[in-house]
Amino acid sequence: MIGIIDYGVGNLFSLQSSFAAIGCEAVVSGDREQLRKADRLILPGVGAFEDAARQLRESGLDSFVKDAAAAGTPIMGICLGMQMLFEKSLEFGEHKGLGLLKGTVVPMAGRIDPTLKIPHIGWNSLHMTKESPLFAYTPEGTHVYFVHSFFADGCEDSLIAETEYSIPITAAVQKDNVYGCQFHPEKSGAAGLQILRAFCGEVKA
Amino acid sequence: MITKRIIPCLDVRDGRVVKGVNFEGLRDVNSPVALAEYYSSCGADELVFYDITASAEGRRLFTDILRETAKRVFIPLTVGGGINTTDDFDRVLKCGADKVSVNSGAIRNPNLIAEAARLYGSQCVVLSADIKRVDGVFRVFARGGRDNTGLEAIDWIRRAVDNGAGEIVVNSIDTDGVKKGFDLEMLQAVCAAVSVPVIASGGAGCIEDFITLFNAVPGVDAGLAASIFHFGEVKIADLKNEMARCGIPARR
Repeated sequence: MIGIIDYGVGNLFSLQSSFAAIGCEAVVSGDREQLRKADRLILPGVGAFEDAARQLRESGLDSFVKDAAAAGTPIMGICLGMQMLFEKSLEFGEHKGLGLLKGTVVPMAGRIDPTLKIPHIGWNSLHMTKESPLFAYTPEGTHVYFVHSFFADGCEDSLIAETEYSIPITAAVQKDNVYGCQFHPEKSGAAGLQILRAFCGEVKA
Repeated sequence: MITKRIIPCLDVRDGRVVKGVNFEGLRDVNSPVALAEYYSSCGADELVFYDITASAEGRRLFTDILRETAKRVFIPLTVGGGINTTDDFDRVLKCGADKVSVNSGAIRNPNLIAEAARLYGSQCVVLSADIKRVDGVFRVFARGGRDNTGLEAIDWIRRAVDNGAGEIVVNSIDTDGVKKGFDLEMLQAVCAAVSVPVIASGGAGCIEDFITLFNAVPGVDAGLAASIFHFGEVKIADLKNEMARCGIPARR
Protein backbone atom coordinates (compact mmCIF):
# COMPACT_ATOMS: atom_id res chain seq x y z
CA MET A 1 0.00 0.00 0.00
CA ILE A 2 1.11 3.54 -0.81
CA GLY A 3 0.71 6.20 1.87
CA ILE A 4 0.13 9.71 0.52
CA ILE A 5 1.07 12.08 3.31
CA ASP A 6 -1.67 14.64 3.88
CA TYR A 7 -0.47 17.61 5.89
CA GLY A 8 -3.07 20.04 4.58
CA VAL A 9 -1.19 21.25 1.51
CA GLY A 10 -2.53 20.85 -1.99
CA ASN A 11 -4.98 18.71 -3.75
CA LEU A 12 -4.29 15.00 -3.56
CA PHE A 13 -7.20 13.80 -5.67
CA SER A 14 -5.21 13.34 -8.90
CA LEU A 15 -2.34 11.67 -7.11
CA GLN A 16 -4.61 9.12 -5.47
CA SER A 17 -6.47 8.56 -8.76
CA SER A 18 -3.23 7.96 -10.65
CA PHE A 19 -2.24 5.16 -8.25
CA ALA A 20 -5.71 3.68 -8.66
CA ALA A 21 -5.22 3.80 -12.44
CA ILE A 22 -2.10 1.61 -12.20
CA GLY A 23 -3.78 -0.78 -9.79
CA CYS A 24 -1.94 0.34 -6.65
CA GLU A 25 -3.86 0.86 -3.46
CA ALA A 26 -3.11 4.30 -2.03
CA VAL A 27 -4.44 6.01 1.07
CA VAL A 28 -4.38 9.73 1.70
CA SER A 29 -3.82 10.32 5.39
CA GLY A 30 -2.32 12.63 7.96
CA ASP A 31 -2.51 9.96 10.65
CA ARG A 32 0.87 8.42 11.41
CA GLU A 33 -0.65 5.11 12.59
CA GLN A 34 -2.34 4.67 9.26
CA LEU A 35 0.70 5.87 7.32
CA ARG A 36 2.88 3.43 9.22
CA LYS A 37 0.97 0.59 7.49
CA ALA A 38 2.14 1.83 4.09
CA ASP A 39 5.17 0.15 2.55
CA ARG A 40 5.92 3.20 0.38
CA LEU A 41 5.29 6.88 1.03
CA ILE A 42 4.61 9.92 -1.12
CA LEU A 43 5.34 13.43 0.15
CA PRO A 44 3.32 15.82 -2.04
CA GLY A 45 3.34 19.60 -1.96
CA VAL A 46 2.37 22.76 -3.82
CA GLY A 47 2.58 26.44 -2.97
CA ALA A 48 5.19 28.22 -0.89
CA PHE A 49 8.08 26.39 0.79
CA GLU A 50 7.81 28.23 4.09
CA ASP A 51 4.06 27.54 4.52
CA ALA A 52 4.38 23.89 3.53
CA ALA A 53 7.41 23.25 5.76
CA ARG A 54 5.58 24.90 8.67
CA GLN A 55 2.46 22.82 8.13
CA LEU A 56 4.50 19.64 7.91
CA ARG A 57 6.21 20.57 11.17
CA GLU A 58 3.01 21.60 12.94
CA SER A 59 1.31 18.36 11.94
CA GLY A 60 4.25 16.53 13.51
CA LEU A 61 4.67 14.58 10.29
CA ASP A 62 8.18 15.94 9.68
CA SER A 63 9.60 13.57 12.29
CA PHE A 64 7.47 10.74 10.90
CA VAL A 65 8.99 11.29 7.44
CA LYS A 66 12.53 11.40 8.84
CA ASP A 67 11.96 8.22 10.88
CA ALA A 68 10.44 6.40 7.91
CA ALA A 69 13.36 7.44 5.70
CA ALA A 70 15.86 6.28 8.34
CA ALA A 71 14.01 2.95 8.63
CA GLY A 72 14.47 2.38 4.89
CA THR A 73 10.88 2.93 3.72
CA PRO A 74 10.90 4.13 0.10
CA ILE A 75 9.67 7.70 0.09
CA MET A 76 9.16 9.98 -2.89
CA GLY A 77 8.73 13.74 -2.73
CA ILE A 78 6.83 15.38 -5.59
CA CYS A 79 7.34 19.01 -6.67
CA LEU A 80 7.49 21.06 -3.45
CA GLY A 81 7.49 17.74 -1.58
CA MET A 82 10.79 16.94 -3.29
CA GLN A 83 12.20 20.37 -2.49
CA MET A 84 11.45 19.79 1.19
CA LEU A 85 13.74 16.73 1.22
CA PHE A 86 16.78 19.03 0.93
CA GLU A 87 18.71 20.87 3.61
CA LYS A 88 17.30 24.30 2.97
CA SER A 89 15.43 26.59 0.60
CA LEU A 90 16.18 30.17 -0.38
CA GLU A 91 12.56 30.79 -1.42
CA PHE A 92 11.75 34.25 0.04
CA GLY A 93 14.26 34.06 2.88
CA GLU A 94 16.05 31.00 4.16
CA HIS A 95 14.06 28.03 5.41
CA LYS A 96 15.12 24.68 6.79
CA GLY A 97 14.11 21.52 4.94
CA LEU A 98 14.04 17.91 6.13
CA GLY A 99 17.72 17.48 5.37
CA LEU A 100 17.33 13.97 3.93
CA LEU A 101 19.26 15.00 0.80
CA LYS A 102 22.25 17.24 0.33
CA GLY A 103 21.47 20.45 -1.55
CA THR A 104 19.74 23.83 -1.51
CA VAL A 105 16.56 24.96 -3.24
CA VAL A 106 17.30 28.14 -5.19
CA PRO A 107 15.29 30.54 -7.39
CA MET A 108 15.42 30.25 -11.18
CA ALA A 109 15.31 34.03 -11.39
CA GLY A 110 18.81 35.38 -11.94
CA ARG A 111 20.14 31.94 -12.96
CA ILE A 112 18.31 31.14 -16.18
CA ASP A 113 18.18 33.06 -19.46
CA PRO A 114 16.20 36.21 -18.53
CA THR A 115 14.04 35.95 -21.65
CA LEU A 116 12.61 32.62 -20.43
CA LYS A 117 9.40 32.58 -18.43
CA ILE A 118 9.13 31.89 -14.72
CA PRO A 119 7.41 29.71 -13.53
CA HIS A 120 8.77 26.95 -15.74
CA ILE A 121 5.35 25.61 -16.79
CA GLY A 122 4.85 22.85 -19.31
CA TRP A 123 6.24 19.66 -20.76
CA ASN A 124 10.00 19.31 -20.79
CA SER A 125 12.25 16.33 -21.53
CA LEU A 126 14.23 14.22 -19.07
CA HIS A 127 17.94 13.64 -19.42
CA MET A 128 19.02 10.76 -17.20
CA THR A 129 22.32 11.29 -15.41
CA LYS A 130 22.40 8.08 -13.37
CA GLU A 131 20.60 4.75 -13.43
CA SER A 132 17.69 4.46 -11.03
CA PRO A 133 14.89 1.92 -10.52
CA LEU A 134 12.49 4.88 -10.70
CA PHE A 135 13.15 5.11 -14.45
CA ALA A 136 13.02 1.38 -15.14
CA TYR A 137 10.29 2.00 -17.74
CA THR A 138 11.24 5.55 -18.79
CA PRO A 139 13.37 6.18 -21.88
CA GLU A 140 15.79 9.10 -22.21
CA GLY A 141 14.05 12.19 -23.59
CA THR A 142 10.62 11.42 -22.13
CA HIS A 143 8.48 14.53 -21.67
CA VAL A 144 7.00 15.22 -18.23
CA TYR A 145 4.98 18.12 -16.82
CA PHE A 146 6.69 20.79 -14.70
CA VAL A 147 5.29 23.75 -12.73
CA HIS A 148 7.88 25.50 -10.55
CA SER A 149 9.95 28.64 -10.00
CA PHE A 150 12.65 27.17 -7.73
CA PHE A 151 14.90 24.16 -8.14
CA ALA A 152 17.35 22.01 -6.18
CA ASP A 153 21.00 22.95 -6.58
CA GLY A 154 24.19 21.36 -5.27
CA CYS A 155 22.60 17.90 -5.23
CA GLU A 156 25.07 16.09 -7.52
CA ASP A 157 25.24 13.07 -5.21
CA SER A 158 21.50 12.34 -5.55
CA LEU A 159 20.82 13.66 -9.09
CA ILE A 160 19.31 11.03 -11.42
CA ALA A 161 17.72 13.25 -14.11
CA GLU A 162 17.79 16.83 -15.23
CA THR A 163 15.86 18.94 -17.71
CA GLU A 164 17.10 21.82 -19.79
CA TYR A 165 15.72 25.33 -19.29
CA SER A 166 18.67 27.33 -20.65
CA ILE A 167 20.63 25.66 -17.82
CA PRO A 168 20.34 22.10 -16.45
CA ILE A 169 17.53 21.98 -13.87
CA THR A 170 17.25 19.16 -11.33
CA ALA A 171 14.33 17.00 -12.45
CA ALA A 172 14.66 13.89 -10.26
CA VAL A 173 16.83 12.66 -7.41
CA GLN A 174 17.48 9.45 -5.52
CA LYS A 175 19.68 8.57 -2.58
CA ASP A 176 19.10 5.03 -1.32
CA ASN A 177 15.39 4.85 -0.41
CA VAL A 178 14.73 8.60 -0.74
CA TYR A 179 13.35 9.70 -4.12
CA GLY A 180 12.16 13.00 -5.54
CA CYS A 181 10.57 14.36 -8.73
CA GLN A 182 10.43 18.08 -9.46
CA PHE A 183 7.82 17.36 -12.16
CA HIS A 184 4.33 15.96 -11.57
CA PRO A 185 4.19 12.27 -12.55
CA GLU A 186 0.46 12.31 -11.79
CA LYS A 187 0.01 14.99 -14.50
CA SER A 188 2.47 13.59 -17.05
CA GLY A 189 0.11 11.28 -18.90
CA ALA A 190 1.11 7.68 -19.63
CA ALA A 191 4.80 8.52 -19.11
CA GLY A 192 4.07 9.75 -15.59
CA LEU A 193 2.09 6.64 -14.71
CA GLN A 194 5.09 4.53 -15.77
CA ILE A 195 7.24 6.38 -13.25
CA LEU A 196 4.68 5.79 -10.48
CA ARG A 197 4.45 2.15 -11.57
CA ALA A 198 8.23 1.81 -11.20
CA PHE A 199 8.06 3.38 -7.75
CA CYS A 200 5.43 0.81 -6.77
CA GLY A 201 7.24 -2.17 -8.28
CA GLU A 202 10.89 -1.76 -9.24
CA VAL A 203 11.72 0.18 -6.10
CA LYS A 204 12.13 -2.46 -3.39
CA ALA A 205 10.32 -1.81 -0.15
CA MET B 1 13.67 21.90 -24.31
CA ILE B 2 10.25 23.01 -23.12
CA THR B 3 7.58 22.26 -25.69
CA LYS B 4 4.80 24.42 -27.08
CA ARG B 5 1.50 23.15 -25.73
CA ILE B 6 -1.62 22.22 -27.70
CA ILE B 7 -4.84 22.57 -25.74
CA PRO B 8 -8.33 21.46 -26.83
CA CYS B 9 -11.19 23.29 -25.12
CA LEU B 10 -14.52 21.59 -24.38
CA ASP B 11 -17.72 23.55 -23.70
CA VAL B 12 -19.83 21.69 -21.17
CA ARG B 13 -23.50 22.32 -20.39
CA ASP B 14 -25.39 20.22 -17.85
CA GLY B 15 -22.54 17.72 -17.81
CA ARG B 16 -22.47 17.18 -21.58
CA VAL B 17 -20.20 18.56 -24.29
CA VAL B 18 -22.23 20.95 -26.41
CA LYS B 19 -22.13 20.99 -30.19
CA GLY B 20 -20.91 17.41 -30.06
CA VAL B 21 -17.98 16.15 -31.96
CA ASN B 22 -17.27 14.10 -34.99
CA PHE B 23 -14.85 11.28 -34.35
CA GLU B 24 -14.85 7.78 -35.61
CA GLY B 25 -14.68 5.15 -32.93
CA LEU B 26 -15.94 7.35 -30.15
CA ARG B 27 -19.22 5.93 -28.95
CA ASP B 28 -20.51 8.80 -26.82
CA VAL B 29 -19.42 11.96 -28.58
CA ASN B 30 -21.05 14.18 -25.98
CA SER B 31 -19.38 12.63 -22.97
CA PRO B 32 -16.72 14.96 -21.54
CA VAL B 33 -15.01 11.99 -19.86
CA ALA B 34 -14.78 9.97 -23.09
CA LEU B 35 -13.57 13.00 -25.04
CA ALA B 36 -10.99 13.91 -22.43
CA GLU B 37 -9.63 10.37 -22.52
CA TYR B 38 -9.57 10.49 -26.30
CA TYR B 39 -7.67 13.79 -26.41
CA SER B 40 -5.26 12.67 -23.73
CA SER B 41 -4.46 9.52 -25.72
CA CYS B 42 -3.81 11.43 -28.95
CA GLY B 43 -1.29 13.81 -27.43
CA ALA B 44 -3.17 16.85 -26.10
CA ASP B 45 -0.88 18.59 -23.61
CA GLU B 46 -3.63 19.93 -21.43
CA LEU B 47 -7.42 20.21 -21.44
CA VAL B 48 -9.80 23.05 -20.74
CA PHE B 49 -13.34 22.40 -19.57
CA TYR B 50 -15.54 25.41 -19.92
CA ASP B 51 -18.76 25.22 -17.93
CA ILE B 52 -21.52 27.12 -19.70
CA THR B 53 -24.24 25.85 -17.36
CA ALA B 54 -26.65 28.35 -15.89
CA SER B 55 -28.43 26.24 -13.26
CA ALA B 56 -27.32 24.87 -9.89
CA GLU B 57 -28.28 21.37 -11.06
CA GLY B 58 -26.08 21.74 -14.14
CA ARG B 59 -23.24 22.92 -11.94
CA ARG B 60 -23.54 19.78 -9.80
CA LEU B 61 -23.41 17.63 -12.94
CA PHE B 62 -20.33 19.55 -14.02
CA THR B 63 -18.44 18.81 -10.83
CA ASP B 64 -19.46 15.15 -11.13
CA ILE B 65 -18.03 14.84 -14.62
CA LEU B 66 -14.95 16.78 -13.58
CA ARG B 67 -14.30 14.30 -10.80
CA GLU B 68 -14.88 11.39 -13.18
CA THR B 69 -12.48 12.92 -15.73
CA ALA B 70 -9.76 13.64 -13.18
CA LYS B 71 -9.95 9.99 -12.11
CA ARG B 72 -9.07 8.85 -15.60
CA VAL B 73 -7.12 11.59 -17.36
CA PHE B 74 -3.63 12.39 -16.10
CA ILE B 75 -2.73 15.57 -17.92
CA PRO B 76 -3.31 19.09 -16.55
CA LEU B 77 -6.96 20.07 -16.43
CA THR B 78 -8.09 23.69 -16.43
CA VAL B 79 -11.64 24.66 -15.55
CA GLY B 80 -13.38 27.89 -16.48
CA GLY B 81 -16.89 29.30 -16.57
CA GLY B 82 -18.90 30.60 -13.65
CA ILE B 83 -15.89 31.24 -11.44
CA ASN B 84 -16.82 34.26 -9.32
CA THR B 85 -15.53 33.54 -5.82
CA THR B 86 -12.78 31.61 -4.07
CA ASP B 87 -15.52 29.12 -3.10
CA ASP B 88 -15.87 28.40 -6.80
CA PHE B 89 -12.11 27.76 -6.96
CA ASP B 90 -12.43 25.43 -4.02
CA ARG B 91 -15.34 23.54 -5.57
CA VAL B 92 -13.53 22.69 -8.82
CA LEU B 93 -10.08 22.15 -7.31
CA LYS B 94 -11.53 19.55 -4.94
CA CYS B 95 -12.90 17.68 -7.96
CA GLY B 96 -9.50 17.42 -9.58
CA ALA B 97 -8.95 20.64 -11.56
CA ASP B 98 -5.32 21.77 -11.61
CA LYS B 99 -5.91 25.33 -12.74
CA VAL B 100 -8.91 27.62 -12.66
CA SER B 101 -9.56 30.21 -15.29
CA VAL B 102 -11.34 33.44 -14.40
CA ASN B 103 -12.87 35.94 -16.80
CA SER B 104 -15.99 37.98 -15.98
CA GLY B 105 -15.65 37.03 -12.30
CA ALA B 106 -12.32 38.86 -12.10
CA ILE B 107 -13.86 41.94 -13.72
CA ARG B 108 -16.76 41.99 -11.23
CA ASN B 109 -14.53 41.27 -8.24
CA PRO B 110 -11.11 42.93 -8.62
CA ASN B 111 -9.76 41.08 -5.56
CA LEU B 112 -10.57 37.60 -6.86
CA ILE B 113 -7.20 36.97 -8.54
CA ALA B 114 -5.14 38.16 -5.58
CA GLU B 115 -7.21 36.17 -3.08
CA ALA B 116 -7.10 33.00 -5.16
CA ALA B 117 -3.35 33.33 -5.79
CA ARG B 118 -2.76 33.70 -2.06
CA LEU B 119 -4.91 30.66 -1.23
CA TYR B 120 -3.96 28.28 -4.04
CA GLY B 121 -0.80 29.69 -5.60
CA SER B 122 -0.29 31.61 -8.85
CA GLN B 123 0.28 28.40 -10.80
CA CYS B 124 -3.40 27.68 -10.32
CA VAL B 125 -4.85 31.05 -11.39
CA VAL B 126 -5.39 31.64 -15.10
CA LEU B 127 -6.79 34.91 -16.42
CA SER B 128 -8.84 34.43 -19.54
CA ALA B 129 -9.46 37.68 -21.40
CA ASP B 130 -11.90 38.18 -24.30
CA ILE B 131 -10.43 41.04 -26.30
CA LYS B 132 -11.73 43.06 -29.23
CA ARG B 133 -10.46 46.13 -31.04
CA VAL B 134 -12.70 49.15 -30.53
CA ASP B 135 -11.56 52.26 -32.44
CA GLY B 136 -8.09 50.76 -32.66
CA VAL B 137 -7.79 50.04 -28.92
CA PHE B 138 -7.74 46.54 -27.40
CA ARG B 139 -10.75 46.40 -25.04
CA VAL B 140 -11.76 43.68 -22.57
CA PHE B 141 -15.22 42.24 -23.05
CA ALA B 142 -17.26 40.44 -20.40
CA ARG B 143 -20.16 37.97 -20.36
CA GLY B 144 -18.89 35.79 -23.18
CA GLY B 145 -17.88 38.73 -25.33
CA ARG B 146 -21.21 40.58 -25.11
CA ASP B 147 -20.30 43.59 -22.93
CA ASN B 148 -17.55 46.11 -23.53
CA THR B 149 -16.08 46.76 -20.08
CA GLY B 150 -14.11 49.75 -21.31
CA LEU B 151 -10.98 48.27 -19.76
CA GLU B 152 -7.84 48.60 -21.85
CA ALA B 153 -6.72 45.01 -22.36
CA ILE B 154 -2.94 45.24 -21.97
CA ASP B 155 -3.29 47.27 -18.78
CA TRP B 156 -5.89 44.83 -17.44
CA ILE B 157 -3.65 41.84 -18.12
CA ARG B 158 -0.61 43.53 -16.60
CA ARG B 159 -2.56 44.26 -13.42
CA ALA B 160 -3.86 40.68 -13.25
CA VAL B 161 -0.28 39.36 -13.44
CA ASP B 162 0.80 41.81 -10.72
CA ASN B 163 -2.04 40.44 -8.59
CA GLY B 164 -0.87 36.87 -9.08
CA ALA B 165 -2.35 35.45 -12.30
CA GLY B 166 0.07 32.72 -13.37
CA GLU B 167 -1.04 32.30 -16.98
CA ILE B 168 -2.99 34.34 -19.51
CA VAL B 169 -5.42 33.05 -22.14
CA VAL B 170 -5.79 35.67 -24.86
CA ASN B 171 -9.01 35.13 -26.77
CA SER B 172 -9.35 37.47 -29.70
CA ILE B 173 -13.01 38.15 -30.46
CA ASP B 174 -11.88 39.67 -33.76
CA THR B 175 -10.44 36.39 -35.05
CA ASP B 176 -12.59 33.90 -33.11
CA GLY B 177 -14.64 31.65 -35.39
CA VAL B 178 -13.14 33.17 -38.55
CA LYS B 179 -10.63 30.32 -38.97
CA LYS B 180 -8.12 32.56 -40.75
CA GLY B 181 -5.42 32.29 -38.09
CA PHE B 182 -4.61 33.58 -34.63
CA ASP B 183 -4.51 37.29 -33.79
CA LEU B 184 -0.74 37.73 -34.04
CA GLU B 185 -0.76 41.47 -33.43
CA MET B 186 -2.80 41.17 -30.23
CA LEU B 187 -0.68 38.26 -28.97
CA GLN B 188 2.51 40.17 -29.71
CA ALA B 189 1.25 43.07 -27.60
CA VAL B 190 0.35 40.80 -24.64
CA CYS B 191 3.65 38.87 -24.78
CA ALA B 192 5.59 42.13 -24.75
CA ALA B 193 3.73 43.25 -21.61
CA VAL B 194 3.95 40.21 -19.31
CA SER B 195 6.46 37.50 -18.45
CA VAL B 196 4.03 34.70 -17.49
CA PRO B 197 2.96 32.02 -20.00
CA VAL B 198 0.55 33.20 -22.71
CA ILE B 199 -1.99 30.90 -24.37
CA ALA B 200 -3.35 31.92 -27.77
CA SER B 201 -7.03 31.38 -28.51
CA GLY B 202 -9.36 32.28 -31.33
CA GLY B 203 -8.89 31.91 -35.06
CA ALA B 204 -7.16 28.60 -35.70
CA GLY B 205 -8.46 27.00 -38.88
CA CYS B 206 -5.68 24.65 -39.94
CA ILE B 207 -2.31 23.22 -38.91
CA GLU B 208 -0.48 26.03 -40.69
CA ASP B 209 -2.12 28.59 -38.38
CA PHE B 210 -0.39 27.01 -35.36
CA ILE B 211 2.97 26.93 -37.16
CA THR B 212 2.60 30.61 -38.08
CA LEU B 213 1.60 31.42 -34.50
CA PHE B 214 4.64 29.81 -32.88
CA ASN B 215 7.05 31.16 -35.49
CA ALA B 216 5.69 34.71 -35.57
CA VAL B 217 5.16 35.17 -31.81
CA PRO B 218 7.88 33.18 -29.99
CA GLY B 219 6.57 34.40 -26.63
CA VAL B 220 3.37 32.36 -27.02
CA ASP B 221 3.54 29.13 -25.02
CA ALA B 222 0.41 27.33 -26.16
CA GLY B 223 -2.33 27.26 -28.76
CA LEU B 224 -5.92 26.60 -27.74
CA ALA B 225 -8.78 25.64 -30.03
CA ALA B 226 -12.14 23.93 -29.93
CA SER B 227 -14.15 23.09 -33.02
CA ILE B 228 -11.27 22.34 -35.39
CA PHE B 229 -10.17 19.59 -33.01
CA HIS B 230 -13.70 18.40 -32.25
CA PHE B 231 -14.64 18.09 -35.90
CA GLY B 232 -11.39 16.43 -36.84
CA GLU B 233 -10.29 19.24 -39.18
CA VAL B 234 -7.00 19.26 -37.31
CA LYS B 235 -5.73 16.03 -35.75
CA ILE B 236 -3.46 16.66 -32.79
CA ALA B 237 -0.99 13.94 -33.83
CA ASP B 238 -0.64 15.51 -37.32
CA LEU B 239 -0.24 18.95 -35.79
CA LYS B 240 2.51 17.74 -33.45
CA ASN B 241 4.31 16.03 -36.32
CA GLU B 242 4.19 19.17 -38.43
CA MET B 243 5.43 21.29 -35.49
CA ALA B 244 8.39 18.95 -35.04
CA ARG B 245 9.11 19.03 -38.79
CA CYS B 246 9.18 22.84 -38.64
CA GLY B 247 11.56 22.86 -35.69
CA ILE B 248 8.95 23.86 -33.12
CA PRO B 249 9.43 21.86 -29.90
CA ALA B 250 6.48 19.48 -29.47
CA ARG B 251 5.71 16.59 -27.15
CA ARG B 252 4.90 13.47 -29.18
